[in-house]
Formats: sequence, C-alpha cells, structure tokens
Amino acid sequence: MKIHEYQAKKILSEFKIPVPKGDAASTPQEAREIAQRLGGGVVVKAQVHAGGRGKAGGVRVVSSAEEAKQFTASLLGKNLVTFQTGPQGVSVRQVLVEEAMDIEKELYLAILIDSQSLGPVIVASEAGGMEIEQVAARSPGKILQVQVDPVLGVQPFQGRKLTYGMGLKPELVRPITDLVSNLYQLFVAKDCSLAEINPLVVTKDGRLLALDAKLNFDDDALFRHGELRELQDTSQEDPLEVEAAKYDIQYIKLDGDVGCMVNGAGLAMATMDTTKKAGAEPANFLDVGGGADEQKISQAFKIILSDPKVKRILINIFGGILRCDVAARGIVTAAQEMGGVKVPIVVRMSGTNVKEGREILSSSALKVTLVNDLGEAAKAIKTSIG
Amino acid sequence: MSILVDKNTRLLVQGITGREGGFHSQRCMEYGTNIVAGVTPGRGGSLFQERVPVFNSVEQAVKETDANASLIFVPAAFASDAILEAADAGISLIACITEGIPVLDMVKVLRHLKGTPARLIGPNCPGLISPGGRCKVGIMPGDIHIPGRIGVVSRSGTLTYEAVSQLTHEGLGQSTCVGIGGDPLVGSSFVDILKLFQEDDETEAVVLIGEIGGTKEQEAAEYIKREFTKPVISLIVGQSAPPGRRMGHAGAIITGTAGRAEEKSRALAEAGAAIAPSPAEIGITAKKVLASKVSGRGKRG
Repeated sequence: MKIHEYQAKKILSEFKIPVPKGDAASTPQEAREIAQRLGGGVVVKAQVHAGGRGKAGGVRVVSSAEEAKQFTASLLGKNLVTFQTGPQGVSVRQVLVEEAMDIEKELYLAILIDSQSLGPVIVASEAGGMEIEQVAARSPGKILQVQVDPVLGVQPFQGRKLTYGMGLKPELVRPITDLVSNLYQLFVAKDCSLAEINPLVVTKDGRLLALDAKLNFDDDALFRHGELRELQDTSQEDPLEVEAAKYDIQYIKLDGDVGCMVNGAGLAMATMDTTKKAGAEPANFLDVGGGADEQKISQAFKIILSDPKVKRILINIFGGILRCDVAARGIVTAAQEMGGVKVPIVVRMSGTNVKEGREILSSSALKVTLVNDLGEAAKAIKTSIG
Repeated sequence: MSILVDKNTRLLVQGITGREGGFHSQRCMEYGTNIVAGVTPGRGGSLFQERVPVFNSVEQAVKETDANASLIFVPAAFASDAILEAADAGISLIACITEGIPVLDMVKVLRHLKGTPARLIGPNCPGLISPGGRCKVGIMPGDIHIPGRIGVVSRSGTLTYEAVSQLTHEGLGQSTCVGIGGDPLVGSSFVDILKLFQEDDETEAVVLIGEIGGTKEQEAAEYIKREFTKPVISLIVGQSAPPGRRMGHAGAIITGTAGRAEEKSRALAEAGAAIAPSPAEIGITAKKVLASKVSGRGKRG
C-alpha cells in the first residue's frame, strides 16, 4: 500500500526524523493560510501516488502566500501526468505547503527487503535528488548497501560506514546514525516494504532534513495496522483495481485488448506471455487466487467485462483446489448477470473436474471456443484477431 | 530414489482440523502419503478421519509418532510461529503452504532457521511430491504426475502443474517436483534444490520454472554453470509484465535490470540450459533435450 508524501512525513516526525515545517491543504484558501503562517516563501507540492512530480509541473517554489493560493488552484481537481502514471494521469486532491529550505547537499537514503540476503538492507547515495535507478546505472560506485541483522538493528559502525561512504563531514556521523536507526525502527514498526527519503538534505546550517519521503507498506501485514489502512486514498488507483482488491483478486490493468482470467500468478504470467507470442496484447493480469469459489470467479469475470478496452477474452484454469466445474459456473453466472458477452471467449481448462466444467460452458448460452492446451489457446487468439 | 520426500516420510500436518488443512490432508492420504499426526492447539486428543491422532503441540506429536516432516496450513498471522514450533521440535523438513505471511515475520524466521538443521520449503508454495514413492506433501493434483526421472523446481503453483502435465503428456515422468514458493523471501532457493537433484541418481534432468523479480534465477544459472552436470530445461514467465509494477521502485536498484525475464533467460541459456520458446512448449523442449542426450550430444551427458 502507498500513501501520500504529507502522510509519510507525519510518520517520519513520529519517529523523530526531521522534516520541513508545513501542512496539507485541500483548498486554495487553506494553502494561502499555511503559506502565510510559514512566512510567505514556500514550496507547493501536488500530492499524488507517483514519482516525477517536479518535471510534470506539480511542484513549485513560490514567493508569497497569494502565489501559493493561485498555484494550488491551478493544481486541485486536475490530473497530473508523470512518467509513472500513464497518459491518463492521477487526480490531485491535496497539496503539501512547506517552508523552502537552503540546501547544501542532497543525499539518498532508503530501507527495503533484499531477497538475496533475506533481510533488510539500507541503500544510500551521495547523489540524492535524482532518480536512483539512473545513479545506479551510470555510477554504481556511488551507491552504498548495508545489510541490517534483524537481531541487532542498525549498529554505530554502520552509521559511520554510511556517513563516510557518502563523503560527509565527521560531525554528521551522529545525526546520520540516529536518523538511519530511527528510519529502521519505523520500517519494522510499520511493516514497510520501502522507506525512502529522496532527497535527504544537509541544510546550509548543517542540519539533516527529509525533504521528500515515500513509505510503502507490506499489504500482507496490514491486518495488524488499522492506523495505516485509514491513510489509504483509493482515488489514486485504477477503479477496476480497487474493485478487484475488495474481493481479494490480484488484478493489474494493462493496455492491451485481451482480457485474461487465470488461477495462479505464474500461470497468469505464462498466459499473458502466450497472448503476446500470438501477436496480441493482454488487457490485464488477473489471478483469482488459490481457494477461489464460484462467487469470486464470477466477480473476476465481471471485472474483465467492465473494461471497455477488452475485445477478446482468454480464460485459463488449471483445476487443483479450484475445480473446473466451479469456475465454469462462476463464468456463466457472471455472463448472465452482465446481460451476455459480446466479445469472443477462448477457454482452456485442465485438471480437476474438467469434463463437467467444459460441459457447463458448452451447454450454456455463451459462445466459447474450448481448447485443450496453451498451444491451442495461442492459435485461437491469433484467429480471433483475424 | 527421489529428493526430500519418499516412502519413509512420516508426515505431520499443522492445521489439520482447518478447512484447507483437512481437505488437503485427505487428498495426500489418498495419494499414499503416510500422515502420522496432526497438530491443532486446543484440539489434542481427537482423531482426524478416525485414524490420525491430533496433538496440541508439535513437540508432543513428534514424541508420540516420530514424525519427520511437517506440512503447514496455518493462517498467515500465525504461520511464522508454526514454522518456528516445527523447527524447535526437531522436524527436518517443513513445507509451508500458507500465503500472505508478512515479510518481516519471514525475515526473523529465516534468520532463526539458519542456526537449525530444519529445511523450509515455501511459504506460499504448492509443496512437493515424489510420484515414485507415492508421497505427496502439498496441494498439487496428484493424478497429473507419473513416476520418472525428471526433477521439477518452480517458483509458482499452477504453472508447475502446467509444466508437469506437459511432461506427463510426453511420457516423461518425474522424480520429485518442488514448488519453492512465490514470495520474495523463501526458505529454499533454486540452488538449494538443484544441489539435491545433482546428488540424486534417479534424477536425469531438471525443469526449472522461474519468473520476473529478484535474482534467484541468476544465482541458479551461476551454480548450473559451475557445478551442475545434468541437463536443465527452463522457462521464465513475465515477459509481457510491465516493468516496475511488481518490483518496487527501489527494489530495481539492487537487481538493476536483472529482474527482467529476458535477462534471466539469457543467464540460464549461457549456463547451458535449454529455454522453452513458449509456456506451451516445456514438455516438447524437455523431450528434445533428452533425445539429444541419448544420442550423445547432450551437455556432459
């Protein structure tokens, strides 16, 4: 789960990590008042769940409260299009109004889980303020990685390693160590999947400050974090993805026209790859999950049918825990409730109760092309494109 | 022979009285697995299916029944505790089916298991099966498997069934099939399982199914290049997945472009693996590789 920058900064403050003074505003008037309180010269930042806001025109340094109000008015209610959002952009409903800072140096700091060392790793760089992927590609020597032992937490020597590694003055050893240690405590306490400060700045007067912050949380741990769930902003997500999440269906919207419904993430990706090999593009990734029942299948199928971009459908069910007859019934029910299906449907079914499943489909009012394996599915999709 | 599980496996099921645990324990027993005990705290003293004794703790179950492997169906919030309990009781093989365990719980579990002899398969996996020994420790449909000499190791569930059914369709039986799990942090890696297949005389070749994200496939490729002497057939899925959606932004720093499907396929091909040209051609590719091995052109065959 993602949250907004202003929300992330509030959490950072709770863990004693210094952030600029400021507040979130949902109206131009509010923005004006916050700017006035901060002395007029402020930064106004659009709050969206996407990076690249600066380049997209979503961030501006202004010199007066009036200017803050005007810029806020120009952002609110609009869709901001960044390199991470796709052409439709995401809606701006709030801005963050913050004091402007005199910056000496910009650093990068993040904590995430490394699947190779099987634990948390701190990533830091003296080249902050830019896209870290580009730093990694161009000058990998500028990226430091420090593994944290979950039993020990962040140790003083690791703080020194990071401070000197980023080419900072010895006076900063203590502040950097404290800050990293606090960020690690936050990471663990809130079950983060990513805690990123970019840039972490050293101000002209020698203080450390988190100028921007991104916190992502482990969805699987949300059950023990009611306080985080309240921070969710579904306006930032695709409506079909929000709908799918309600039913615990793994769904990611893509740009193609072949709606894919599959059980299992690996098989879903294999089905999408097969679609692509056949010369078509998948409209989505959809995994109904292991223990899907008739109702869940039916919901999943409705989600695919609700996507106006879908021109053909490929269903691939390998019956195991999920029986093919159950899947077939779910499909037929959804089609009835949606008033029929106008696009061609290719169905591949295998495994438990496959005979019954195929019979339910072929005796229904649905027009389906039943195939036996992935190879035939590819051919059928090719034929449907014409 | 096979790896990890066989006729001598004395299986214990944690969560045997639950809906999923009960359903799959039943299927495992029908397949031929020797389930000697179940564990559900608070339900000790009862019998599962009128013959398998249920205990309150793993320790007690091991003491009474000499169980040597455990299959876990405990809900995600309690699963890491169940894994630790099994390891503490001296169980040497633990397969955890549960999906959705918080990542930081697994960090602690894996750190602890390093100091014990226990081997963990999963979590978020289908488990493992040795068709020749009629031993199924997992949730896979048993009837798609036939005994034979191909080892299968995979990160996914239903895609493993897909691979197995293609192999069976070509008449290629399996020695052992292991689903190592789809989570970023799992107990056993591709390399751990490949090492076992290397030592297993009955395994003649290995099918390795990978997917995007992480660098586990590259680690496997390194190992195959260095030490593995049997033919490998591989498929990496996720070529059509948009970059950056599943891997977090900063996650890409560590793996760079290594998390992409093409990079993984390339590393495995360079290590000598035969890459299946599409998900529909795993069985055919395996057949070709084995045919060329017989005619003397196979890798160190």
